[in-house]
Amino acid sequence: MEYTASELMTVNAARLLRGQDVVFVGVGIPNLACNLARRTHAPELIMIYESGVIGAQPDRLPLSIGDPSLVSGALAVCSMYEVFAYYLQRGHVSVGFMGGAQIDQFGNVNATVIGDYHHPKVRLPGSGGAMEIAAWADRCYFITPHQRRRFPARCDFRTSAGFLDGRPARTKLGLRGGGPAAVVTDLGLLQPDDNGELTLTAVHPEVDPARAQENTGWPLKVAASLATTEPPTPRELQILRELDPTGVYLSSAGG
Amino acid sequence: MSKLTSLQQAISEHVRDGDCVYAAGFTHLIPFAAAHEIIRQGKRDLTLARATPDLIYDQMVAAGCARKLIFSYSGNPGVGSLRVVRSMMEQGKLEWEEYSHFSLIVRLAAGAAGVPFMPMNPTGAGDLERVNPSFRRLPNPYGEGEVIIVPALQPDVAIIHAQRADADGNCHLWGIIGEQKEAAFASRRVILTAEEIVSPEVIRSDPNRTLISGLVVTAVCHVPYCAHPSYTQGYYDRDNPFYLEWDRLSSDPDRVKAWLDEWVYAVPDRDSYWQKLGPETQARLRVQPRWSEPVNYGRH
Repeated sequence: MEYTASELMTVNAARLLRGQDVVFVGVGIPNLACNLARRTHAPELIMIYESGVIGAQPDRLPLSIGDPSLVSGALAVCSMYEVFAYYLQRGHVSVGFMGGAQIDQFGNVNATVIGDYHHPKVRLPGSGGAMEIAAWADRCYFITPHQRRRFPARCDFRTSAGFLDGRPARTKLGLRGGGPAAVVTDLGLLQPDDNGELTLTAVHPEVDPARAQENTGWPLKVAASLATTEPPTPRELQILRELDPTGVYLSSAGG
Repeated sequence: MSKLTSLQQAISEHVRDGDCVYAAGFTHLIPFAAAHEIIRQGKRDLTLARATPDLIYDQMVAAGCARKLIFSYSGNPGVGSLRVVRSMMEQGKLEWEEYSHFSLIVRLAAGAAGVPFMPMNPTGAGDLERVNPSFRRLPNPYGEGEVIIVPALQPDVAIIHAQRADADGNCHLWGIIGEQKEAAFASRRVILTAEEIVSPEVIRSDPNRTLISGLVVTAVCHVPYCAHPSYTQGYYDRDNPFYLEWDRLSSDPDRVKAWLDEWVYAVPDRDSYWQKLGPETQARLRVQPRWSEPVNYGRH
């Protein structure tokens, strides 16, 4: 089956999730990827939304993280204070799954502003829950199209912490979560090395690593054992298209 | 004593120019009808606080009601930018004070509890702390490390929408409860709107479902369909096509003005607004029932 780059990216992101994960689901493509994982290889996945819904099993793809379909049939609904304090800050969330406008060499993420904060060139929505999720979930996945402007050496604004200027800096802060575990793009997969620097560890079929370098704003390390990701299966594509029949997410993701 | 009044009267009496307003409801139960009444009454110089400004504050900012925004996610949820707010910020025409979701909700929780500040664990994201001096650090007085503290937020008025309330303002509220309770308890005055006004016996039949008690409520208004294009769980669906349409419409200031003229200024109240939406939209937003199991409180 033919597939688009954004479909491939979403499928590969979904495959990172495991059945017993408790995942804090972000808006947009992460929402799509998590719902795909739950309907394919990870039916036990517990999806938590910052609106306070625990264990959502929506019948339709929720456009926002506060959709009524997330509530009907959920395990629990709590206040925002409780979902952030008792679930996330306390340490009951294994995965944070998010997007971001910029991701830098050490996995720090900008979702706030391009240019000067007080005189913004482009004003983005801001943190939402990203600042806390990136700090306190056991591990985090990010998903974003691989474009040079999205991968600067250093973010204009650090909305949420990756490994700051290297893994020891994050360790010194004593944050409870382990930081970025992978960044999925439409070209491949980036994972942190021992120092927390994002390194190309896999490319999608027919992608040349040089293309990933061209679209990255720092000298990109390539893993010695560079892998090739598996293309989407017909079943994954079918479910993905059922989830997003009008392409609200998939068409806006650079695919 | 009954606190029942019209929405028009409640807004007129309890929302004053220059107030800090918290129109609560995280995606769910957003009190659009109250915002439209604030716009119609020409309130000015407001500080609008909300985790997600959503379309409700986009519309109020477009109508010229706001001086300042306090927020943590300024987007059209699931769709993209909040175009009016974004444009005003980029042009330097709107003051703002920015948080993350949890730090803003912690401010409300402190306000609700009547303490001057509350702590949270560090997040390592130093840039927000750098641009917003309300974030402070304290050494943990009981052990290692530091905590972040943020000051209590006590808005002048909260506006809360609920499924059902009695005339004293005791309300049953279910589905996504967001920051409704914290906002109500933190604020000096509370305007409660409800889909249904019920007898106190209905409230007393299920006290665990009473999220906000009448003790903190100033005025109660019967406003069916108050939350459209947001939703009321079990009553009507979220109007997702409207959220997508607003994304297109709000990129053009003339179209925003025309929309406000047609759907806010030329509409006297919520009943007229709901009728104006027409039978097709009303049918599209209708939801089938999905009842919970009853619970047994026992007779003692």
